[in-house]
This record gives sequence, structure tokens and C-alpha cells, in this order.
Amino acid sequence: MSAACWSCGSALAAGAPFCVACGKVQAPTADVTYFDVFGLPRKLALDTSTLERAFYKLSRKLHPDVYARASEREQQWSLEQTSLLNDAYRTLKNAIPRTEYLLKLEGVEIEQDRASENGAKKESRMPPDLLEEVFELNMQLEEMRMNQKMGEDDPQLRGDLEKAKTQFEGQLAESDSDLQKLWVKWDAAVDADDEASQADAKNKMVALLDRRRYVRNLVRDVNEALGA
Amino acid sequence: MSENKDERIVGIDLGTTNSLVAFMQGEQPVVIPGEDGLNLVPSVVALANDGPRKFVVGNGARQYLVETPERVIYSAKRLMGRGVDDVREELKLFPFHLADDLQAGEVLRIKLGSEEFTPPEISAYVLRQLKKNAERYFGAPVTKAVITVPAYFNDAQRQATKDAGRMAGLEVLRLVNEPTAAALAYGLDRKKEGIVAVYDLGGGTFDISILKLHEGIFEVIATNGDTHLGGDDIDNLLIAIAIDDIQGELGIDVRTSPETVQAIRKEVIAAKIALSSEPLVRISVDLPTGERYQRELPREAFEQIIKPVIDRTIEPCKQALKDAGVTPEQIDEVVLVGGSTRIPSVSQLTDDVFHLHARGKKPHTELNPDEVVALGAAVQANILGGGSKATEDMLLLDVTPLSLGIEALGGVVAKIIQRNSTIPASATEHFTTGVDGQTNVAIHVVQGEREMAKDCRSLARFDLKGIPPMSAGLPRIEVKFLIDANGILHVSAREQRSGKEAEIEVKPTYGLTDEQVETMILDSFDNAEADFAERQLIEARNEADTILAAVDKAPSNAAWQQLTDEERGQIALLKDELFVLKQGDDLKALRAGTEALDKATRRFAELMMDAAVSSAIKGETMDSAGDKLGEGPTAPHPFAPAEISKD
Ligand SMILES: Nc1ncnc2c1ncn2[C@@H]1O[C@H](COP(=O)(O)OP(=O)(O)O)[C@@H](O)[C@H]1O
Ligand SMILES: [Mg+2]
Ligand SMILES: [Zn+2]
Repeated sequence: MSAACWSCGSALAAGAPFCVACGKVQAPTADVTYFDVFGLPRKLALDTSTLERAFYKLSRKLHPDVYARASEREQQWSLEQTSLLNDAYRTLKNAIPRTEYLLKLEGVEIEQDRASENGAKKESRMPPDLLEEVFELNMQLEEMRMNQKMGEDDPQLRGDLEKAKTQFEGQLAESDSDLQKLWVKWDAAVDADDEASQADAKNKMVALLDRRRYVRNLVRDVNEALGA
Repeated sequence: MSENKDERIVGIDLGTTNSLVAFMQGEQPVVIPGEDGLNLVPSVVALANDGPRKFVVGNGARQYLVETPERVIYSAKRLMGRGVDDVREELKLFPFHLADDLQAGEVLRIKLGSEEFTPPEISAYVLRQLKKNAERYFGAPVTKAVITVPAYFNDAQRQATKDAGRMAGLEVLRLVNEPTAAALAYGLDRKKEGIVAVYDLGGGTFDISILKLHEGIFEVIATNGDTHLGGDDIDNLLIAIAIDDIQGELGIDVRTSPETVQAIRKEVIAAKIALSSEPLVRISVDLPTGERYQRELPREAFEQIIKPVIDRTIEPCKQALKDAGVTPEQIDEVVLVGGSTRIPSVSQLTDDVFHLHARGKKPHTELNPDEVVALGAAVQANILGGGSKATEDMLLLDVTPLSLGIEALGGVVAKIIQRNSTIPASATEHFTTGVDGQTNVAIHVVQGEREMAKDCRSLARFDLKGIPPMSAGLPRIEVKFLIDANGILHVSAREQRSGKEAEIEVKPTYGLTDEQVETMILDSFDNAEADFAERQLIEARNEADTILAAVDKAPSNAAWQQLTDEERGQIALLKDELFVLKQGDDLKALRAGTEALDKATRRFAELMMDAAVSSAIKGETMDSAGDKLGEGPTAPHPFAPAEISKD
């Protein structure tokens, strides 16, 4: 079923936020994805400066400032369309949220990491290959906290922790470049309509994000202990 | 909706210390002066008398600060959207008194004379004054405005500002963040590209905003600040020092004398301002004991004293840079806003934080830091009104300054919209029930960056009602949180299994309900009526006085003898009557009495006029003939028909 513009009657593309013929904002439609907002396929390697230009262009069409003198109905639509646009831009412009969002669209239950944003501890699964390192790190962190309680400073320990921090930060950077490789794999699989390869890329991204989240929490714990 | 396309939308800077109203005149924003010719309206409200309330706002209200401090409120903006526990500490330094029966979480009420007012009501009086100034200037009603707020204002503070606008009879088309407004004013005539930091230190608030300017789009990328940091804090510090000095040197405790504290306040503010251009000032205050407190304050000592205060702006600047993902070197321009940036060490601080000097740059101060926010508000008002050549292509994309969260199990905050998200922004959350047959779910919404809900700002408690009874965990209630372009939160909810729109009852934590705002509008409307009636009465009494004084002098004029006995008797009778009417407050009767006396003396006025003219013909100058009339030639004739103003 194709919709028509409420104002001029022209045919509208599915989910179009505004009418191409007369420029007027349209009622929001349900189930529009963030990719749809920008007319993008569900692919991950995207150019953020192109995205930014599209964001500005759409903002000029949809922003409530443009509809300050319009009918109450148009104002409400403009508000909803713009918040959707902003939410979409905010999510797609950054690598991790974009990947998480896509995985969610693909049916993956992503563990929302918002609590860690404000410092709350959240237990995530430990990647088995990190077992030894994490064990040692936890001992050191414990010692550091003890020291701090006693008002002591152990430069040796501090040095060790700094070293661990650098190492884990290196792992984070590494996982970022690994992620980009998986994007390419995913995008190619989408283009080729290769479901098996899509599923493979998807599972690898989920594992990578899990690991990344774990390492990031470690870095944060070390930073906290170092008082940074 | 605006039917009248020509109606002017004004831009208002509702400041802690000073407020201004501006509008777009052609291509340029200009500030509208008040009746006194001044652009700044001090945000001071005095209740001049009880009975029929009489409010004085602005410069006129300042005299009351020293005379009757208990009848004046200033810096009311610091109290907007706050609760009694938030302000107890700082109120020690202000002469205001809170109502005795305030409950925690209730909107503040401040005593003024024998009455009580909420902060939005006080602010509404300032807004009414600005509205009046604009209406006087345009000669036409003004009902729509853009009002600025500190970028770091939370939801409650924004809502309180919007309520104040409504009480003042203004449709608030948009709340704009002050630093963003300043950037708009600066961006108008310099089509700049790049990254700009706006540092705004006023009387009561501090904001730092970092914007990206690109082809007319003003995109805020990060903002930070402190809604309780500004010139007031510097003043309070200097006052505390003076009070200590006086106690130490003279053994006098002046804290019990609000008048003296206000006199000290006035003096230290003058000293602070002088020190922005002088190397040394002398402070001198007369004390109630007849003694005098004197002290010399060199600029270096002053800078030492205020350093802890102004250094509190550094952390927010660093955090904003971090959130924006830029280094100080990437900031192309720094704009200084707010009166307190005139302090040389404040401007120096911005230089240090943004490494300006090393890069051969200086902070921008070309636009008057007192006015630039109002000018920017006028620009935004113009944009909302449909734009003009000067503002075409300009679009403002602002952010929410604080993260929005909901209280989860154990009092932990689950963030749903991160700070510095471009607004409008939304988040959708799903809730369910924990007990079989449960029909209500309570949601506590908070704003802030802390981990625990108790450490964040409580915004509101939402009660989702009317959930169809089901087994625990079965209902799926979708709640949509939407922050609009004003930075104000809206919440809607739906039970997905039944598709029923859930009913939401909102209890704003520090806000007024719609009904309360309506009542306050009605209250102040009564007052506006009372104010108006009182003014008319005063004017009518003045008219009566003028004519009575003229009649008193009449017998000494030759023309008096030309009247008949009957005429003279009638005049005497009406004169006595009017004298009595003048003591009462029946406006209609007073006006009628004045008119009757005026009519009865009309022939006398004509005779007197004739005599004056004929003596002029006889060679006397018009001047001396005029002298005989007692008032001078340009003064209105005392017996001219009484002009009863009906404005
Ligand atoms: N020349 C000056 N030197 C130092 N402080 C000043 C100067 N001029 C004004 N101020 C201070 O600036 C503050 C008012 O700034 P303003 O931007 O009008 O504040 P607000 O926006 O809070 O109303 C007051 O604290 C005032 O004392
Ligand atoms: Mg200001
Ligand atoms: Zn159309």
C-alpha cells in the first residue's frame, strides 16, 4: 500500500519523513529503522562525513524550528520525525552503537552497556584466553586498593598496573580494527545475499563486542585504581 | 497558532542579575530599552506595598534593597525549579525568607512583605516588565517570545521558566540555551565555519558550550556548566570577608542587620566592578554603630580571593572538550559572555584553558557581554517567525546537558538518553509487572551523571495506571521518553499486549502542576487589574489636586470678580465636594467631581485667558501675561478640560 502526502496528495515512498513534491513533514510510520531514516542499506562500513551531510540536510527539512508556525499536527510530526532522525544519527555515526544496533535488528539480544557508562559494575563473560591475565590483574588491583586504604604508594605496583593498562588499551584498538574487517565481511555477504556468511560475520561480531566490553571494563577498573 | 504573521516575536534574556528584551529590526537584532532609556532591567522585584499589591521591577526596585530588604527579591533565577533542601545553604547569604511550612520536594515559596510567591511568579513579574517595555516600544501587544535559559538548566528549571512565561502572558515559542544564543548573535554577521567555545559566566550561572558551525548550522556538540556559579558567589565571598573583618576588628556582628549586609553588598559589588579596570579600590561602609569599616583592596589580593570561585569553571570546560572529542587546540574561537567575564583574571583563565595566547588568538568580546544573549534570542525569534534574509539558512541544533535515567532495582540509574544528545531526542523502554494482577507500575525519572538515583536530580515520578490484570511479567508496557527542542521531557506509555494507552499520572518533583500555573495566572491577573485600578486612582487624584490648587488661587485673579455670586458659590461647593471625594477611592465619583468642577470654572478660565491676551495686545509680552496665569506659557492651563487618561 503506497501512501500519499496529506498536503498535496503526491505519492510518498514508504516511511518518507517529508514529501518530495511539496516539502511538508509527514506523519511518522511505525517500524522505520535508523538505516531507513537515511535511506541506507543495512550495512556497516559507512562514511561518516556523508552521513553528517545527510543529517544536516534532513534537519533543515524536519526540525521543529521550521514548523514553529505550522499547525499543531505538523509540529508534533516534526518533533517525532526529528527525534527519530537525531536518534538515528547518534546511533549510526559511532562504530560500536552502529554495530550493536544492526545486530539487534538481526535478532541478537545485545547486553545494553549503559550501566557501565556511569561506573556501575556489570559482570560480563570473561573471554577464556584472558583468564591468566585477568587473574593477575585482579590481584594487583586488590593490592592497590589496600595500599590506598593505608595511604601507601608502591611505585612498582603502579608501574605494573600502568603496563597492564597500556596492554589492554592495545587490545581495544586491535578489536576496533578487527571489527572493521568484520564490517567488510558482513557488507559483502549482504551484497552477495549469502546467508551463511552473514550469520558467520554476525556471530563473530557478537563475540568481538562481548570481549571488547569486557576489556573496556578492565581498563576502567585500572584507571579507577590508579586514580586517573 | 500564529494567525497574525506580522506579530513580532521578541527574544528575552531572563538573567539572574539583569534581563533584556530584544527583537530583529531588519537585518540586525537590537535591544529594546525601558522607559528609563536603559537596556538592562535588573532582575529585582519589590513589593512596594501590601493591600492593593504594587510591584516595582528593575532599576526602580533596587532602592528597596537597602531600605526594605524584606520586601525585595533578586537572583530569583537561582531558586527556579529547586527544592528547599537545595537552597538552604545558599539562602544564608541572601536576605530572602522561605515560607515556614515548606515540605521537601515542594516548589519554593518566598516571603515578600506579608505574602508568599514561588520563583516562577517572581520571574513572571520581570517578564511582564520586559513585555511592557516591548509593547511600549512597538505600540502594539506582544504575546510571543523566545526565552533563554542556562544551557546547564535541568528539566525542572526549564519548566519553571516556561511557566513564568505563561504567567506573564507570553507564549514561549522556544527556550534557547544562553551560550547557543550568544553564538547565534556572533554567527550572524560573520559567516564563520569551525569550532567555537562559548564561555558564559554571569551573575548566578556558568555555562560552557562547544559548537560546530557549518553553512549556517549551529550544532552544539557538548555543553557543561554549573547552575550555581557566578558573580553572586564572588560577591558573597567578599561580603563574608567584610563581615569577618568587622567582627574581628570592631567586634560588631552585622549579620543581624540586613540593611548593613545589603549596604556591604552594594559596596563590594562596586569594588569588584571597579577592579576590572583599576589596580586598587577602597571599600568603605558606614555601620549602624556610627563607626566605619574601611579596607583597601588591590587587584592581586582580589584575584587571590576569587581564584577558588573562578577555578570552578575549569573542570566543566575540560569535561566539555572531552565530551566533544576535541583538544583545546582544535577550538577556533572562544566567545566570552556574561558580566563576570569582564574580570581580567576570568578572561585570562579562558586563555589558559583554550591555549589562546600561544596560538596568537584572543577571546571574542566584540559584542557587549551583557547584551549578546538577548540579541541571539532575537535572532532565534526571527528564525521561528519564518526567518528573513539575515537568518536564512540558519538552524540551531542543540543538545540536552544532562543524562536522563530511570531508577532501577537497588536505586541504580539506568541511563536512557546520554548527555549531549542532540534534541529532540527519544528513548523507548519496556516495563512489566512483578506481581500477579498488578495494575500499576511506578517509574522514577532522574537527570544527572551519578550512579545512584538519590545522587541525581529527581524529575518526576510516573505512575502507569490501568494495566490489565495479568500474570506477573506478562504485561509489556512500552514507555516513550521524548526530550523536545526546549530540553523538556514528555512521556507516553502503551500496554502492548492489550494495545491500551496506559494512563500516566505525573508528579513533578520540583514543578508546578498545570492547575497551579493556571491559578497563579488568575491570581496575578487579579493583581494586574488591582495594579491598574490603583494607578488610575493615583492619576485621578493628581488631576483633582491640580484643579483644586488652581481654584485656591483663583480669587486673587481679576477675572474672579467678573463671575456672578451664583457662579462663585457653585465653584466653592464643588470644590469642597471634590476635596472629600479625593480622600476616598471611588474612581468614578472622583472623575465626575473633577469634571464638574472643571465645567463650573470654564467661564472663569475663558475670562482669565481674554485678560491675558488683551494685556498682551496692550504691549505686555506673552511671557509676562503667562506669568499672570501662574504657570508659565508652556504649562498646561490649569483649567483646561481635565484629561482623564484611560490607558
Ligand atoms: N565590569 C565588571 N567586572 C566584574 N563583574 C562585573 C562587571 N560588570 C558586571 N559584572 C558582574 O556580572 C554579573 C552580571 O552579569 P550578567 O551577564 O548580566 O548576569 P546574568 O546573566 O546572570 O544576569 C554580576 O555578578 C555583576 O556584578
Ligand atoms: Mg546571562
Ligand atoms: Zn506534498
